[in-house]
Amino acid sequence: MSLYPPIRPEYEVPLTPLTDVPLQRKLSLAQRLWQQSWLRKSLILLLLALLWEVLARWQNNDLLLPGFLQTAQAFVDGVTSGELLEKVWISLQVLIKGYLIGIALAFVLTTLAVSTQLGRDFLSTLTAMFNPLPAIALLPLALLWFGLGQNSLIFVLIHSVVWALALNTYTGFLGVSETLRMAGRNYGLRGLRFVLFMLVPAALPSILAGLRIGWAFAWRTLIAAELVFGASSGKGGLGWYIFQNRNELFTDKVFAGLAMVIIIGLLVENLGFNTIERLTVKRWGMLR
Amino acid sequence: MIATPLLQVERVGLQYRSTTAVVQATHDVSFDVYPADRFVLLGPSGCGKSSLLKATAGFIKPAAGEIRLDGQIITRPGPDRIVVFQEFDQLPPWKTVLQNVMFPLLASRTLGKREAAERAAHYLDKVGLSRFADAYPHTLSGGMKARVAIARALAMQPKILLMDEPFAALDALTRRKMQEELLILWEEVRFTLLFVTHSIEEALVVGNRILLLSPHPGRVRAEINSHQYDLQSLGSVGFQETTRRIHRLLFDEGEPEPVKVSFQDVRFSY
Repeated sequence: MSLYPPIRPEYEVPLTPLTDVPLQRKLSLAQRLWQQSWLRKSLILLLLALLWEVLARWQNNDLLLPGFLQTAQAFVDGVTSGELLEKVWISLQVLIKGYLIGIALAFVLTTLAVSTQLGRDFLSTLTAMFNPLPAIALLPLALLWFGLGQNSLIFVLIHSVVWALALNTYTGFLGVSETLRMAGRNYGLRGLRFVLFMLVPAALPSILAGLRIGWAFAWRTLIAAELVFGASSGKGGLGWYIFQNRNELFTDKVFAGLAMVIIIGLLVENLGFNTIERLTVKRWGMLR
Repeated sequence: MIATPLLQVERVGLQYRSTTAVVQATHDVSFDVYPADRFVLLGPSGCGKSSLLKATAGFIKPAAGEIRLDGQIITRPGPDRIVVFQEFDQLPPWKTVLQNVMFPLLASRTLGKREAAERAAHYLDKVGLSRFADAYPHTLSGGMKARVAIARALAMQPKILLMDEPFAALDALTRRKMQEELLILWEEVRFTLLFVTHSIEEALVVGNRILLLSPHPGRVRAEINSHQYDLQSLGSVGFQETTRRIHRLLFDEGEPEPVKVSFQDVRFSY
């Protein structure tokens, strides 16, 4: 017996406007609060602080491990007396100078690399040579060349920023789709205008990643440089503050200094980079 | 009176260079496009139709022959020949719909900011996207992106509009709608169009003249008139016969026995 599907009657449904079914439903307050990432992150920080305090109380040795409350006290004292903020300001000034010059240099290098064959070879060779070289290892040489002071610090900062950023930016440029490139050339964009109006925005996710890495590298390099050579430059920054207080066994102040480094990192990450990301690549749908 | 052709393609040979060999994409291709033509390049994959369009856009340099627009030999890409690509990522994602339509006007320094905004708004209205002027491309559907790309191309008022399978990535229903809208826009604006497709039906509906190309390498097989067909003639006898004729020309089948068109032969989708 061969199988036939049954023949069913046709039907049509006239559609009436929907009025009684709500098209969207609000989430509950708890669900909406849990959607806020700052709330979740604060909870994590709170748990870590609690763990720290418990550990410190159990250890019961101020010299080795001051507790969270003690560190917070030292931090507030440092901020209110202005000493800590002054050190931060000194460090940040140097940092921003080095960072900006590094960005400019990386932009020039990558622009050369996308426009000429020689520029490409130049960038890849230099990056392969210098990227693995720790910036701090250049500091003795920098001190010899630029003397004791800001200039040698800026030199190592540039070194720590430029290669990571150039490498990321260049990779981003290479990843720009052929269609988008052709569209840009079709509009009559060439040379620097092509790089600025097509490549840079199209590669912004990679560029932002490079800027983040560069910022972290710069911070690390600066604090490390100040720890070792801060005294010699006369006015020391945050690294020097940490080093000095360790020498005098003010361990809570050492922790306060470290906390300052962390807090500045969190602020720049959340208020700086995340805001830029939200206003650009996330809004454009290039990044989830 | 005979009009002068707007675009002249003369004995063009195109080559692709890979690391090991040079591949001939087209050989000795010649055709003329007249103002307000809807000229279609049709052929199977590998016939070099997209390459011909890219050469007209200025992205590829012909190895032999020359391409002239208004008598000027084409040497590099320029805003007088705007391309509508197949891919959805042809719209820079960092610009809103309105900014995307304005972008070529500003980038080519054709208009100032205010005039560009006015003209962009005008053409966005023509493709029915005024409501989405401030939306970003990633929030649009495929058909809407194609519309933005067309509005962007029309706003430049280029000498010739180049379309590289612009509707191939769309679903069948949207594709049909876009073809209809394109024809309506042409009725209004009377632009000159060079259109690449691999669909015989699309070529007959969209074009008024069709250049058939044979593959490996691309060579001219025939030039056919199709100005008498539109979306309404999809099922008609003449349309079916021309479709079969093109099919025969492209795939070099022998002369077929005449077939009576019956109801089953009518195709509504393609």
